[in-house]
This record gives sequence, C-alpha cells and structure tokens, in this order.
Amino acid sequence: MNASKRKRFLFPRWVNFALPVLIVAVLGGGLYAPTLVTFGFSSSTIDVGYAPIQPVAYSHALHAGELGIDCRYCHSSVENAGFAAIPTTQVCMGCHTSVRNVSEKLKPVQESWETGKPIEWVKVHDLPDYAFFNHSAHVNSGVGCVSCHGRVDTMEVVYQAERLSMSWCIDCHRNPEKHLRPRDQVTNMQYKPEAKEGESELAAQLRVGKEIKEKYKIHDEAYMTSCSTCHR
Amino acid sequence: MATITTIPHMPVRNGDDIDNTFDDARIRAPLIVGGKGFADVTRVVTRIALEEPPGWWYLAFAGALGLLSLMGITIGYLMLAGVGVWGNNQPVAWAFDIVNFVFWVGIGHAGTLISAILFLFRQNWRTSINRFAEAMTIFAVICAATFPGIHVGRPWLAYWLFPIPNQMAMWPQFRSPLLWDVFAVGTYFTVSLLFWYVGMIPDLATLRDKSKNRIQQILYGIFSLGWTGSCRAWHRYERAYLLLAALSTPLVLSVHSVVSFDFATSQLPGWHTTIFPPYFVAGAVFGGFAMVLTLAIPCRALFGLKDIITLRHIDNMNKVMLATGLIVAYAYSVEFFTAWYSQHYYEQFAFQNRVFGAAPWAFWCMFICNVFAPQILWFKWARNSLVITFIVANFVNAGMWFERYVIIVTSLQRDFLSSSWGMFKPSWVDLALLAGSFGLFFTLFLLFIKFLPIIAMAEVKSIMPQAHAHGHGDPDLDRTDYRPDETAHDHPGGKAHPAV
Repeated sequence: MNASKRKRFLFPRWVNFALPVLIVAVLGGGLYAPTLVTFGFSSSTIDVGYAPIQPVAYSHALHAGELGIDCRYCHSSVENAGFAAIPTTQVCMGCHTSVRNVSEKLKPVQESWETGKPIEWVKVHDLPDYAFFNHSAHVNSGVGCVSCHGRVDTMEVVYQAERLSMSWCIDCHRNPEKHLRPRDQVTNMQYKPEAKEGESELAAQLRVGKEIKEKYKIHDEAYMTSCSTCHR
Repeated sequence: MATITTIPHMPVRNGDDIDNTFDDARIRAPLIVGGKGFADVTRVVTRIALEEPPGWWYLAFAGALGLLSLMGITIGYLMLAGVGVWGNNQPVAWAFDIVNFVFWVGIGHAGTLISAILFLFRQNWRTSINRFAEAMTIFAVICAATFPGIHVGRPWLAYWLFPIPNQMAMWPQFRSPLLWDVFAVGTYFTVSLLFWYVGMIPDLATLRDKSKNRIQQILYGIFSLGWTGSCRAWHRYERAYLLLAALSTPLVLSVHSVVSFDFATSQLPGWHTTIFPPYFVAGAVFGGFAMVLTLAIPCRALFGLKDIITLRHIDNMNKVMLATGLIVAYAYSVEFFTAWYSQHYYEQFAFQNRVFGAAPWAFWCMFICNVFAPQILWFKWARNSLVITFIVANFVNAGMWFERYVIIVTSLQRDFLSSSWGMFKPSWVDLALLAGSFGLFFTLFLLFIKFLPIIAMAEVKSIMPQAHAHGHGDPDLDRTDYRPDETAHDHPGGKAHPAV
C-alpha cells in the first residue's frame, strides 16, 4: 500500500470554525461558572430578604416603631440568655385582652389563648446548629439589635436584613469598634454616636467603639476569631 | 529495510537477551538491539495498543478492578462512618493515610526525573523507558492525591484544601507546609500530565495512522491534534518538549522537598530534621526507579520489548537505584549521628526508639530492604540478572513504604511525655485502602498499556543508528525523508518520498 493513498484521519475543515467557538465556550464558561457561584450562591442573594409568612400578621413597624415598645418587652431573655425569647401568647394578651381586642388580625392569638396551643412562629434569623450564637454575650458587650437585625422598627413583615454568613460575623469579630455602643443604647434603632466638633460620624463611632471595647473588656482579635469561640 | 548486524562482543544472555552492557570506548553500545529498524519499532509498539490484548491482560485487569472496587467500597464506608474506622487516634493521628500519600508521591518521582532531567543531560537510554515511567508518575500521583482527600475526614469538603474565596472568610493556613503541599503536588501533576501528553502526540499520530478502526482513528486523530509530521510541526514539538523539560526539572526536586517540610517544620523529634528535603528526594528517586523496574521487567517480557528495553537499560536503572540507595543509606546513618551529636535528650530517645523501641520491626524491615538489599547491585552479574533485579526492586518498594511508616508512625508513638505515648494498630480499613490504592494504580496502568503507545517510538527512533546514518550509498541509510507512521514497505528501495 502506498503511503500517499492510505486514508489518514486529520481534522475536517469545519474544525477550523469549531475551534474559535470552543475557545470562546471554554473561556466564557470559565468566567461564567465562577461568577455564577460567587454571586448566585452568595448569602446576599440566597439569604438576605428572607421574609416567611408568619401565623400572625404582626407588625413590628407598628409595635416597635410607631408605639415605641422596647425590644426587650417581648424578647425578654435577650440580656440573660443565649436565645432571645419569642413572646408567648400570654405576653401578647397582656395588652390585647383590652387593647384592640376585636381586630381581625388578632384572631390566631385569641385562638391560641383559648386552646392553649402555642403560636408556631417561623424563625427568620436561623443560624446553623454548629454556630453557637449567644444573644446575651453580644447585647451586654454593646452590640445593638440593629447591627444584625436591621431596622426592625420599620418592618411590616420581618425579613433578614444582613447576610449572617461566617465572613459577615468575622468582619465584626475582627473590628468590633464599628458596631459598639453603650449598653443603654442597645435597643435604640436610630442610635448615632455623639460627634465632637468637626468629627465625622465614622470617626465618632470608632472613637466611641474603642472606648467601649476597653470599658466592657471585649476580647482581642485572636480570641474573637478562634474557631472554638463560635464552634464548640 | 535497515538492519544492523549484532556487534561481535554482544553475547546472548538468558536465552534471548542480547548483552549490550559493555563499556568499550571504541564503539558506542547500541541501545536498540536485535537488528530492529524504524518500522520494527513502530510495529512492535503499535501492536500492543491496537491489537486485542492477551489473556493475561484481562486477568490482571480483573484483579486490578477488584482491588479498585475494594478501595471504592472502603472509601464509601469511610465516608459513611467517619475516620474512626481507621486505626489512627491520638497520639498517632497520622498513619496509613499519610504513609501511603508519601509512598505514592515518592514513586511518582522517577517518571519526571527520567523524562526531564535525563533528557536535559542527553541520556539517550531514557527514550525506551520514559513513556511508561511518566505514566507511572501520573497514576502514582493520582493514588497519592486520594489519601489527603480522604484524610481530611469530610471528603466532600476537600476543596477547602485550595484557597478559594468564600463567604466564610476562611482560608487555608498559608504558613503551613500542608498548603504548600497542595500547590507542589498540584503543579507537579499538571506539568507531568502536560509533559506526558505533549511527548505522546507524534506517537498518537502513529497509532491513528496504523489503526484500522474508524472510531480509533478519530479518537487518536483528535488527541494527536492533527499531527502531520511536517518539519514545522516537529520543530515546534521539540521546542515545546525542551521547555517543558526545563519546567519539570525543578519540580522533581521541589515536590518531595515540600512533602518533607510537612514533617521537617514540625517540632517532633524524628521529624524536625534539616536533612529531610534531600533525603526525601533521593528516597523518592530510589523508590521510583524500583517501581519502574518492577513494571519494566514483566512488560518487556510479556510484550516482546526485549530489544527496546535492553539489558543496558536495566543495568543503568540499577546503577541509579544503587546510587540513590547509597544516599538514602547515608541519610539513615547520619540521622543517628546527628541525634548522638546533638546531645539532645528527646532527639536521642527518638532514634533509640526507632531501633529498639515501640516498633523495631518496622525499622529493620526498612533498613534491610533499603540499605542491605541494593548492595548486591555493585556486582554486574546481579545488575544483569532480571530475577535478582526484580527481587531487589521489590525489596526497595517495600522498604520505601516502611521508611515512611518508620518516620511517621514511630515518631508519633513516643514523643516528649511518656503519659501521652500510644501505640498504633492498623484496622482492616487501613489495609484495604493500601491494597486498593494498588488496584487504582494498576487499573490505570493496564488501561494505559492497552490504549496508548507505551514506548516513545519517535524518540527511540531518534537514537537509533539509522537516524544518524552515513549510508555510503545504502539507499535505506541515506534516507532523510522518514515519517513516523510509515511501514517498511512504504519505501521499497528507499526511493524519495513524493511531496505530501
């Protein structure tokens, strides 16, 4: 058999056109996949804005905002316990036996009051079980409610305002000064540090935050970013 | 067809092995014997990949697959049950998993040494063995990479080994040699794979041209990247190969150095040693060549490659094994000297413990296999005996595994505080994973034998006398228009090839 006659497989002509398509597809895919993962799977995409429908059409905007009820009136354990208590039906009825007791929205609460069956609230700010978050540790160190929960006093339905991802926690654990305030201002939704003459708001916050960090003996960065601080 | 007559002082040994191990300054010993020409090399090598494999191949493949499935089942069990199914526990937190990792990475060293360093040093004998030594490297690194992957305890999170930006703001410890390991092994694997593949392109083209089956032609055609064998293609190929060789050369030294840092940078007596990087590299080359010999000796017999992988190749590999074995023996001895000379209590204790303490059998297995066994290779008759070479190579294979066991496990068993001493006993899962990793290795290797050119045909041809022929009018030897895919019959009488 003569070599020049033997059939030898070489790329057909259309491969010349397929090749740039392939290169674009590989490069494009190489850009698309990480972009999709980075932004699509980000906690700001999949977690922020989570607002489940609650069994009671309760409005924080009305109670905490308009009426100015302190957070701790209902979430009473927040200063002393890891878990910030969800109010019992009895807490609601403490006022609502007399106040607005004919409202349509109050029906499920009254039903619970009569049957003794608790209201099944849906947890909005739900951390994974391996992250040991303690409310009292934060509240007593001068971390405001608003830092993690957002402006609850303006929310008709409570939603997740912050990312609550590990990097989001760590950001504050590394530089807590940005978020510290005096203990008596913890539940204040509109707290602003008192600025000195010619001082910017951020500079004032950092100054106050630093003082408070000293005063409340907040741990150093090494302790605050140690694995076992949050994962036990 | 070009033929060279057997050179007079090459007696036939062991039946059909031609002895080309002589050193005679007047004549360059041929590296390909048996009167083989270019076309013979092509025929012998392509036949292995293109023809139906022999019966023993199926048997061996079934065995390898069996062991591989054992590995799969054990890894599945490990993932369901957790790393508690292993024998490791405090204080021996690293055991078979890391021993096997270092063992396999070490084996992966010979391939790149043969293909890159020996290439840069113009060691022509490398051409007969470099292809499957490189394949061995790739497969050994795959086996090695499996172990840290399952050692992390939650293999589905093994991607945490890599510094990938993530919403946990969590990074690997950049100051830890364990992370350097990820980069060192990753780079080594990538470059070795590229080097192996680029080197294979002309041979894949030969397989494409030789195969009768359309699917094979298309597949080999795709992987040979439309190779035509033109002058320009060859020129670029040679440049690329040279550059990759230069790129791989430092990696041969860096990978096992970095692996040794896993131990050397710790504070544990028995690990905390500055001699580790060169000692590990020498040990890796030693163990790697032993594995190349273990694979080469049966392959050459089973596939009729005795004229391509000749006694001279075996002899040279034995010499490398002996030389690196001596470096390893020196490292073993000097460690004891250093321990004594340091006058450091814990250091001295660690080395006493190796020889007389918790697991002296491991030390003596290592010492006999790695230090005593290779000494027989001082004798030429031993280097030229395939049986002795094969036995010594397997002693070294075992010895190098025990070396890692001695370093890792016996050092951990007894450290500073006697209250924290503890023994290690492998569980059946440990043993099954070790056996299974051989299954993975041999499955890949047998597939390689079946589907790819196991000898670098194009390179072998370049070191044959015909490639440098002064034919004195002999039409076959005067030819300059050789193409890798031709058969002997393409050029009856060696007439000039019509322009393609």
